[in-house]
Amino acid sequence: MTAFLLKRLLIGLATLLVASMVVFGVMEVLPGDPALLMLGMNASPDALESLRQQMGLNDPVVIRYVHWIGGLAIGDFGRSYTYSSPVIELIGERAAVSLPLAIMSLVLSTVIAIPVGLYSASRRGRLSDTLAMGTAQVGVAIPNFWFALLLIYVFAVWLRLVPAGGFPGWGAGIWPGIKSLILPAVALALPQAAILARVTRSALLEVLGEDYIRTARAKGMPRSAVLWRHALRNAMIPVLTILGLQFAFLLAGTIIIENVFYLPGLGRLIFQAITQRDLIVVEGVVMLLVATVVVVNLLVDLAYALVDPRLRVRT
Amino acid sequence: MKTWSSILAAAAIALASSTAVYAARTDIVLGLPLEPPHLDPTAGAAAAIDEVGYANIFEGLTRIGSKGEVLPDLAESWTISEDGKVYTFKLHTGVKFHDGSEFNADDVKFSLDRARAENSTNAQKALFAQIDTVEVVDPATVKVTLKQPQGAFLYNMGWGDAVIVAPESAETNKDKPVGTGPFKFVNWAKGSSITIEKNADYWGEPVYLDKAEFRIIPDAAAAVPALLSGDVQAFANVGLGDALAQVESDPRFKVVIGSTEGETILSTNNKKPPFDNLKVRQAIAHALNREEIIKGASSGLGTPIGSHFSPGNAAYVDLTGTYPHDIAKAKALMKEAGLENGFKATLKMPPPAYARDGGQIIASQLKEIGIELELIPVEWADWLKQVFTDKDYDLTIISHVEPNDIGIYARKDYYFQYDNPAFDKVMAELDVTADEAKRNELYGQAQKILADDAVNGFLFQLPKIGVWDAKIEGMWENTPTPAFDLTKVKWVD
Repeated sequence: MTAFLLKRLLIGLATLLVASMVVFGVMEVLPGDPALLMLGMNASPDALESLRQQMGLNDPVVIRYVHWIGGLAIGDFGRSYTYSSPVIELIGERAAVSLPLAIMSLVLSTVIAIPVGLYSASRRGRLSDTLAMGTAQVGVAIPNFWFALLLIYVFAVWLRLVPAGGFPGWGAGIWPGIKSLILPAVALALPQAAILARVTRSALLEVLGEDYIRTARAKGMPRSAVLWRHALRNAMIPVLTILGLQFAFLLAGTIIIENVFYLPGLGRLIFQAITQRDLIVVEGVVMLLVATVVVVNLLVDLAYALVDPRLRVRT
Repeated sequence: MKTWSSILAAAAIALASSTAVYAARTDIVLGLPLEPPHLDPTAGAAAAIDEVGYANIFEGLTRIGSKGEVLPDLAESWTISEDGKVYTFKLHTGVKFHDGSEFNADDVKFSLDRARAENSTNAQKALFAQIDTVEVVDPATVKVTLKQPQGAFLYNMGWGDAVIVAPESAETNKDKPVGTGPFKFVNWAKGSSITIEKNADYWGEPVYLDKAEFRIIPDAAAAVPALLSGDVQAFANVGLGDALAQVESDPRFKVVIGSTEGETILSTNNKKPPFDNLKVRQAIAHALNREEIIKGASSGLGTPIGSHFSPGNAAYVDLTGTYPHDIAKAKALMKEAGLENGFKATLKMPPPAYARDGGQIIASQLKEIGIELELIPVEWADWLKQVFTDKDYDLTIISHVEPNDIGIYARKDYYFQYDNPAFDKVMAELDVTADEAKRNELYGQAQKILADDAVNGFLFQLPKIGVWDAKIEGMWENTPTPAFDLTKVKWVD
């Protein structure tokens, strides 16, 4: 187990290093001058030059890369060009929205999807299965921004139960914070739940066709016990894989939902930073996301080992 | 008896609380489509910086009013020497910065010297280029000497980029702006909202609002439900697209279509063949149908323009008839230029909807006279690099939003690549003329030269679409300078 962990950690570190070079390189070749973007079309050339000097944009690429990566190693993400505050602070503020939102949607989608998948698999081919999977199909097909707007019009404009958007900050209290994240979490969770339910169902069906299930049934085990104890556990691997991917997406791939609900999340931070050519912020956020994906994958691998003892032995 | 008194007490309480309910609101939440990168108007060009800070947090020697007029601000009055070179400003006394420090002539000297210093990062450094010296006469008097008379000097000092800052707070204004204005900065939750509150120690007329929050709402689809749910009560300027009709028909809201300083033009590379040929540019001008473009690119709300000048300005001359829409004439001009078989060119389109939509319409209009346009969508940063800096383009569509910016046509290195000594002469004369009537006449001449030369395709003035609660008064109808001035905003019943 320790060897397994060590190996995974090393692979993770290597991934981070490669990612850092790719991110830095891409931002380097991207056309656009951050100084010109800040000072606009009427800026005088010497004002531009002063700003470039201040931002350290005139140093050679390698120097800047080493400077940056060295900073990262000791936890210094640098300062944003545009916001003129430390990148780590910006990320912290945004993660305070994105992380709870991602967790809320993930929990919500799991709570909905697993039972639906189980139910459908156990009633394969019956009307209720067709209905459940038909609904899931619609859930996959619905664009989430459209669904989000629908939620806003019903629950914020019409019923006025929750705000139409925005985030008051955790300083305003736990409940107002959670309240403003409910609709976005639902809007994000439902399409995810639809996918997850379908994956759960098909994974279960595959397992249910295995010989050991027939054996278990043949020795007189009740249907539900077979489903919960044998089938679900073995069907967890594809489900966990999807969950891991979904969490990474939910952290930063939610720019559209963040825009519809005007939430200050990581997705919007990175989008804004790219359009403003705030390179240092883009690089910092991307590195953090890469790190998150690496960690989540590691956790998923560990979870595989938990549900499937064979994987523990193999590594 | 006891019952009676408690009933009376209850009634009194009910009365008191109901009057409290009916007292006018003193808070407002404004939607802000673009978040400012920082909050220091003296260190960035983004309009959103001025939208939050101008007149609300920061003040200058002069200010620009809602109709584009120059008004006294921190300078109570001024005198101008005979030769037009020396401006002596008499400052208001008893003015304090929000951090409690005293405002006086030293701050004015500091601010102006800082803006024009060699290592200054002021986005509009040209505003200060004519200043020779700034002297403190006494704490309430400042003498500014110019290198040569400058007609627009008082107007220039009213720009957001020329606001007065204190030496103690100048470096931290980006994050924590400290000015002399009627509102104090409270908090900026990045990506979410910026809050300001009434400055109790304000030197001038107090504002009506106690608190204002700018909530950042970048998506037009989110703007409508935000208004409908009452979360946001006003948008000073918002592109709602098709949803505008929905809001317009709702009696709870007021929709005000005003004008901005944004001349939307088909910028043309005047040095690149065949656009260096006046006949080709004239042919393009004849081929453009402004009405169609306005309908498609600005929901029919823009005002047609015939030169690079805002129709809201007193010096505006209507030149939209210089080259009327006339395909036959356009084709004839193409033939005179030896291009009767047409040619191929590119049109680079930055992200705003007016550019992307307008580009398609213009491409189909120019096709009628044989010009095949390849439409290239570019990101904003790319546009600045390729078009604006490297001048690597044929045609592009862009709104020039800086106020009163006709002077850019005299800049040789500007991306239009336009060069006409006659125009430069008018600009030079304008620079040394202070008389209002004479200035307007010169502005007229300048507009005429640009229109005749068909430097660019002059399309329309970008509209300002203001939407706010019908009970709100005092919002600006037009945008003579980038600002969401809240100093006169109040709720009425």
